[in-house]
Amino acid sequence: MKNKKIKLMQGNEACVEGALAAGMKFFAGYPITPSTEIAEISSLRLPRIGGKFIQMEDEIAGMAAVIGGSLAGLKSMTATSGPGFSLKQENLGYAVLAEVPCVVVNVQRGGPSTGLPTMPAQGDIMQAKWGTHGDHPVIALSPSSVRETFDLTVKAFNYAEKYRMPVILLTDEVIGHMREKIEIPDPDEIEIIDRLKPEKGLDEYKPYEIKEGQVAPEMAAYGEGYRFHVTGLIHDETGFPSNDSKVAGDLVNRLMKKIDDNIDDLTLYEEYKLDDADIAVISYGITARSAKSAVDMARAEGLKVGLFRPMIIWPFPEKQIAQLGKRVKNIITAEMNLGQYVLEVERVANKYTNITKCGKANGELITPDEILAKIKEVQ
Amino acid sequence: MTNTLIENNFRTNRLPHIWCSGCGHGIIMRAITKAVDELGYNKDDVCVVSGIGCSSRAPGYMDFNTFHTLHGRALAYATGVKMAKPELKVIVVTGDGDCAAIGGNHLIHSARRNIDITTIVFNNNIYGMTGGQYSPTTPTGDKGTTAPFGNIDKNFDLCKLVQGAGATYVARSTAYHVNMITQQVKTGLENKGFSFIEAVSICPTYYGRKNKKGDAVSMMNYLKTNAVNVKAADKLPKEKIQGKFLIGEFYKSQEPEYTEEYQKIIDSFQKER
Amino acid sequence: MSNQCEIRLSGSGGQGLILAGIILAEAALNDGNNAVQSQSYGPEARGGASKSEVIISDSDINYPKVRECDILLSLTQIACDKYIKSLKKNGVLIIDDSVNIPQRNDIQVYSLPILKTAIDKVGKPMVANIVALAAINAITKVTTNDSLQKAVLNRVPKGTEELNIKALTEGFNLV
Repeated sequence: MKNKKIKLMQGNEACVEGALAAGMKFFAGYPITPSTEIAEISSLRLPRIGGKFIQMEDEIAGMAAVIGGSLAGLKSMTATSGPGFSLKQENLGYAVLAEVPCVVVNVQRGGPSTGLPTMPAQGDIMQAKWGTHGDHPVIALSPSSVRETFDLTVKAFNYAEKYRMPVILLTDEVIGHMREKIEIPDPDEIEIIDRLKPEKGLDEYKPYEIKEGQVAPEMAAYGEGYRFHVTGLIHDETGFPSNDSKVAGDLVNRLMKKIDDNIDDLTLYEEYKLDDADIAVISYGITARSAKSAVDMARAEGLKVGLFRPMIIWPFPEKQIAQLGKRVKNIITAEMNLGQYVLEVERVANKYTNITKCGKANGELITPDEILAKIKEVQ
Repeated sequence: MTNTLIENNFRTNRLPHIWCSGCGHGIIMRAITKAVDELGYNKDDVCVVSGIGCSSRAPGYMDFNTFHTLHGRALAYATGVKMAKPELKVIVVTGDGDCAAIGGNHLIHSARRNIDITTIVFNNNIYGMTGGQYSPTTPTGDKGTTAPFGNIDKNFDLCKLVQGAGATYVARSTAYHVNMITQQVKTGLENKGFSFIEAVSICPTYYGRKNKKGDAVSMMNYLKTNAVNVKAADKLPKEKIQGKFLIGEFYKSQEPEYTEEYQKIIDSFQKER
Repeated sequence: MSNQCEIRLSGSGGQGLILAGIILAEAALNDGNNAVQSQSYGPEARGGASKSEVIISDSDINYPKVRECDILLSLTQIACDKYIKSLKKNGVLIIDDSVNIPQRNDIQVYSLPILKTAIDKVGKPMVANIVALAAINAITKVTTNDSLQKAVLNRVPKGTEELNIKALTEGFNLV
């Protein structure tokens, strides 16, 4: 290859490269198709840079160890797929409440249950948002290419560290396994965000105290001299449990506000040929590639169609989707499930425009022709 | 002496603890802390991890790095902490339901890896926090709120289980034999590998009441009169140990420790450079 | 309009077709083109039906999977029977000579002793995938020979370079 940095790379491999570029030093996980390459490559790469890899006894333990590793100071990640993502949900909620930065990759496969282990799906969209119990904030990203898997993995770490919470990367079997061209950026071109740490030698450190202008509390690591307490119980700013309803309400509200107050920082999308469009296709991840082809095919036939592709799918880009609803006569939501993201699109844009879903859940990608047929149906 | 131990090692502003009067857990918690104190460890280097249950509230009172995790998962969380920072002295405080039922898988695999974590199970033979349901260590025939006609499950011998799984230090003592707990925890902490100490506790509120074991004093007396030191057991006639249980050190060996073995892999690449 | 070529490599698991797809895609990148390689597979690590797909284009590739292909390689009868319908009209079919020539008169068919060449002339059955790649390239010129050789050398295990160069040469000679 003419340029040495241009490589043919698998999505799962690009995920590890992105994680390493972002500063991952600890991976704990459990083998599961189609995410296993992420664990395999991590096991190969981490010890070379002084990082740690451990294959745990089950999916639950993988998630638990990642939270432990993060609290001991290392940027940490785990990777899984459907069944494993289900098993990790309780621990995911712990990371939300205890505000522990970590990245959870879900290479989606066909479900429910064991489902279609070697085939793609986008069936875990709502699970990513609501899978763990209780009201909680969620950040989830969905890449459409190998290169974007790299970029969004870096972003996932940055958001995790900045907002002190778990961040979910939702890819799928095709993105994870396909190989395509990727140009790995130079380290100095990559923005890296590290968790805010308390000053050394403070008389008192409150692990959950928010200071003026901070989006998340300062985070010490175990062993750094602050003997703080971390719990999955509702707690006050000292970290110790409380049954006080005011403390409980304030804490859950503060967690939600991390997202609500920073929605612009947490909105990332691509618009394609939307300027004069009458019809907008909303699609994310692998399906957005078919949608882009469908838009081109429709344009070739003179139809005014464009694509809105969120790369951060949670939080939902409400403002943008509402505006889109006001601009177009029809929205088609294309996703590899039987109607999940479309529910949010309907919630926000139903009053402005017609909304149609285009989905399937049989282990096959939605083809450009299928989306094109939907476009013709609604126009 | 007593006061300095409490003042130096506990978060006194968090006391008194939530445990019932007569519960054995406070005794065990104190004995563990005494072991750490006597070993002279820097408190900043000690991390106490727990799951969910009565025992798992202990770390909240202890003035170390403390980590109250999810039901059953303490050892998995602790494994992450230990991997990330092997220089920390990692202690897991758990209960019989926490480590032998929902967390059984993590228990056997932590033992198999021989990762340097000292685990103390506060075994009170019952789920106390949820109100007295039978646990994997409730003796067969005994009652719990979910075993109203007597427990038909066979109970675990946790020490045998963990020894079989690969732990390199295995011991048992009781809330009555409090100095023995301290001694065993000290040995466990100094052992480079997975150490397991079963501290038999008492739960007069649920287990005791359900099974007509009397008050806390009679339950303590039961521990006193029914525990047989493993060193003495061989010399005693069979009928003398019939219906009793063994305490003491059951197993001690030296095996490669997990985080040290991993460090060797890391070091091999540093030499390469 | 972009210039896009879709290739399906089929056979049984263990014949190295996924690696062949990776090499072909990398050869295309060496030429300065775009490429996407994907695969579908069942639970078997060996045996079963295996296919690897490559799309080569001089512009962006959106939909990453091969639907109707321009080039089909089939090393087994089962694979040929399964995928022959997906070959476009005027497409190129390359089959091992152990496979029956299918009943289609709208395609170009090349029946070549790929497996036999790997065993008899190169001496290793596992290089059949490289023999096949060379044959595909000789027939279709889908990548340049230099780029293909470079990609082969980049992806095969160390110490097998000479063997694989021989496989390439024998593959080219088949056509």
